[in-house]
Amino acid sequence: MIAMPLPDQLVLARRAEIVSALRRIVPGEGVIDAAAALRVYESDGLSAYRQPPMVVVLPQTTTQVSEVLKYAQANGIKVVPRGAGTSLSGGALPLADGILLGLGKFNKVLEIDYNNRCAVVQPGVTNLAITRAVEARGFYYAPDPSSQIACTIGGNVAENSGGVHCLKYGLTANNILGVEVVLMSGEVLRLGGKHLDCEGYDLLGVLTGSEGLLGVITEVTVRILPKPATARALLVGFPSSEAAGQCVADVIGAGIIPGGMEMMDRPAILAADDFARCGYPRDVEALLIVELDGPQVEVDHLIERVKALAEKNCATTLRISNSEAERLSFWAGRKSAFPAVGRISPDYMCMDGTIPRKRLPEVLQGMTELSVKHGLRVANVFHAGDGNLHPLILFDANEAGELERAEAFGSDILRLCVKVGGVLTGEHGVGVEKRDLMGEMFSDDDLAQQMRVKCAFDPGGLLNPGKVFPVLHRCAELGRMHVRGGTLPHAELPRF
Amino acid sequence: MLRGTLILPLEPKSQDELGSTIANVGEPLLIQGHGTKQIGHDVAGSVVSLRNFSSIEIYEPEELILEAGAATPMSEINALVASRHQMLAFEPPDYSSLYGTSSAGTLGGVVACGLSGPRRIKAGAVRDHVLGVTGVTGNGLAFKSGARVVKNVTGYDLPKLLTGSHGTLAALTSIIVKVLPLPETEETVVLRGLDDVAAVRVMSDALQSAAEVSAAAHVPGEGTYLRLEGIAPSVAARRDLLFKLLRRDAGIVSAAESVALWQGLRDAAFFWPLQNHCIWRISVAPMDAPALVAQYHQALDCRHVLDWGGGLIWLAVKDTDAGGASVVRGALKNGHATLMRAPDSVKTRVPVFQPQLPALAALSIRVKQAFDPRGILNRGRMGF
Repeated sequence: MIAMPLPDQLVLARRAEIVSALRRIVPGEGVIDAAAALRVYESDGLSAYRQPPMVVVLPQTTTQVSEVLKYAQANGIKVVPRGAGTSLSGGALPLADGILLGLGKFNKVLEIDYNNRCAVVQPGVTNLAITRAVEARGFYYAPDPSSQIACTIGGNVAENSGGVHCLKYGLTANNILGVEVVLMSGEVLRLGGKHLDCEGYDLLGVLTGSEGLLGVITEVTVRILPKPATARALLVGFPSSEAAGQCVADVIGAGIIPGGMEMMDRPAILAADDFARCGYPRDVEALLIVELDGPQVEVDHLIERVKALAEKNCATTLRISNSEAERLSFWAGRKSAFPAVGRISPDYMCMDGTIPRKRLPEVLQGMTELSVKHGLRVANVFHAGDGNLHPLILFDANEAGELERAEAFGSDILRLCVKVGGVLTGEHGVGVEKRDLMGEMFSDDDLAQQMRVKCAFDPGGLLNPGKVFPVLHRCAELGRMHVRGGTLPHAELPRF
Repeated sequence: MLRGTLILPLEPKSQDELGSTIANVGEPLLIQGHGTKQIGHDVAGSVVSLRNFSSIEIYEPEELILEAGAATPMSEINALVASRHQMLAFEPPDYSSLYGTSSAGTLGGVVACGLSGPRRIKAGAVRDHVLGVTGVTGNGLAFKSGARVVKNVTGYDLPKLLTGSHGTLAALTSIIVKVLPLPETEETVVLRGLDDVAAVRVMSDALQSAAEVSAAAHVPGEGTYLRLEGIAPSVAARRDLLFKLLRRDAGIVSAAESVALWQGLRDAAFFWPLQNHCIWRISVAPMDAPALVAQYHQALDCRHVLDWGGGLIWLAVKDTDAGGASVVRGALKNGHATLMRAPDSVKTRVPVFQPQLPALAALSIRVKQAFDPRGILNRGRMGF
């Protein structure tokens, strides 16, 4: 298990006084301090980690958020922001001596502006609710993380969430135009707006995906897109993951960017088919779902081209959706892959590395070897177009030592991803889960530079500490010079 | 010149040399690729040229990535990716004619200046396509951020922060960008005789439709242009859809001419003949453009072109002491105006970049200090 920062006893000793002060800022039921009620907030989607917060605050206005942060900063109290708490990496894991700042009451769609093709929403609005609000006019909000029914747009911005369509339509960062953000100092800033590109530094870009460590989002302006006229999918079985991987490369090499391109390995196929009875071929090693969306003629044309490429790569089964119902049936198994795996195993852990696609066969082979080494099964679902792997490690937390083995297995998988030129996380975030692996991908200098950026936003290090960085240095320790071989070159020169 | 008798390489050959040079100078440096983009305020200081970082290190069409040294000429990158029917989808402009320079610039220049062309509205900006960077901070420390994969949220997205930072945060040595398939064909639907209000209305309607318009621009007195890209049958179907939607007489600009037309719009060719004009690039909510432009014409001797469906106003203001800055920025309720080209005498009076509110300006300074605590990289370029 990853160790969180030790609670500050001086802060804990002042708990009653802190609760009273917060009640003065957020009156009524917006401050929660009863032990039973605090348990509701003790974990997020990374449920292996649990910690009730010192106190929960549910503000309703930006001014209240600002006042809470100002108070916390003045009193040296840590703050953990939270949307719907669906993070898979522990981004919203509370701290024993921290304020949990819940944004759930910021739940209004403030403005829909079709002419400028954007919507202004509060951070507690769910991802899917944005699409629901604009779909009558034929629009949608593109990023579609699998938790979209529950996850909030504020959380999406904090985590830079993706989804199955992000190869073609991008992650959250590529689909938002502006935010209102409150810094730990209580200062309220607006970055971007209905226009394109922020002025000055792209602070919106660095804030997106900063996992709640730089600021608290209180409003988001998102891009909305006209819905594609039509969508059709192919369901293709292959005798090997190499063949499926080559098919994916050939599709992209042919200049086709599908709306979605998902791969599953045999354990995932069988689990999904057992669960969803979706008619997946059970005798293939890899299954590919390729969805094309856009104008009807284009989709029909590209379906034929993808079909030819699949056949060239020795596809053993191939179906093409001829109705919306059939298309959805292709997705039914993939979309229920997680609960399906949950049915065949008491617990599972979902990993999230990205690799260069061409390294897929060796990574799958490596995972098979690691599975033997750790004595745990693994099933793979894979956003094949962009190389984002979701290995699902099967374990039983009630068996002594299995959680630790699963964590070790997961860490080995992510090390393997980095070794072949990939990254620790494609869309779930570093959070607590992958925090101590950051050194696999980044040098101390790389991490120090990221922490200096953190210092520019939150010099006291009070916003969501214990996440992302293995060791959070005090800002004053981070200012150092280029040193080679242990000595500062040309030490005689003046430095400013 | 550089302090003392030490010979520090001003054309470093490696990241280590660049780190040493930056670490060991005590005075401002001008970080330069080909020096073709004269955007921002003048920087006094010794020139450190990145010209030796100019090779394409990796190009993997099937992985949709390209990594190249910061000073790799754009012409070389464009030719290479085109040979595999790919492109940098943000449509990097070539402002050499606008600035009277000879080269289309470098990848590092395009990224540092954050310049996106007409496809910005569909494909995103430069920052949406920069996947990773390697560079040296103002303290001479080498660092990297991002990776050679198209989907990555590991750590802060420093590539986005560095894009458009005009070399004030770090000297980039190597950049990883996303490449995408080149559309098989394109054509442009053109409407004549629209005023700004009607043109922005038409562009908004088209962009709200399922026609997947990849660029929308309005050149007053010439035409309102809607670009369609993709495979031929799809382009034809979407052209029919647009014709139905617009219910107006519209013309068609066929492929070859369409390419030339958008290249001109991308490179601001409409303003090339205008000497003695200050040139602004103004980003606004698209529907705000007509009223703004009307205000500008009332107060200034100026010409304009609209790109990005109205969201980008190109404005050329006949030379005055201050380039019309008070009018240009005074009328803006949201958005921002960048003074792209102006005589030095104007730039000493007028901030090139949109002034920010105090809290935001202070944060920008802190971010600058996080990379360059001594303030030696391109000092003053962005006004600080």
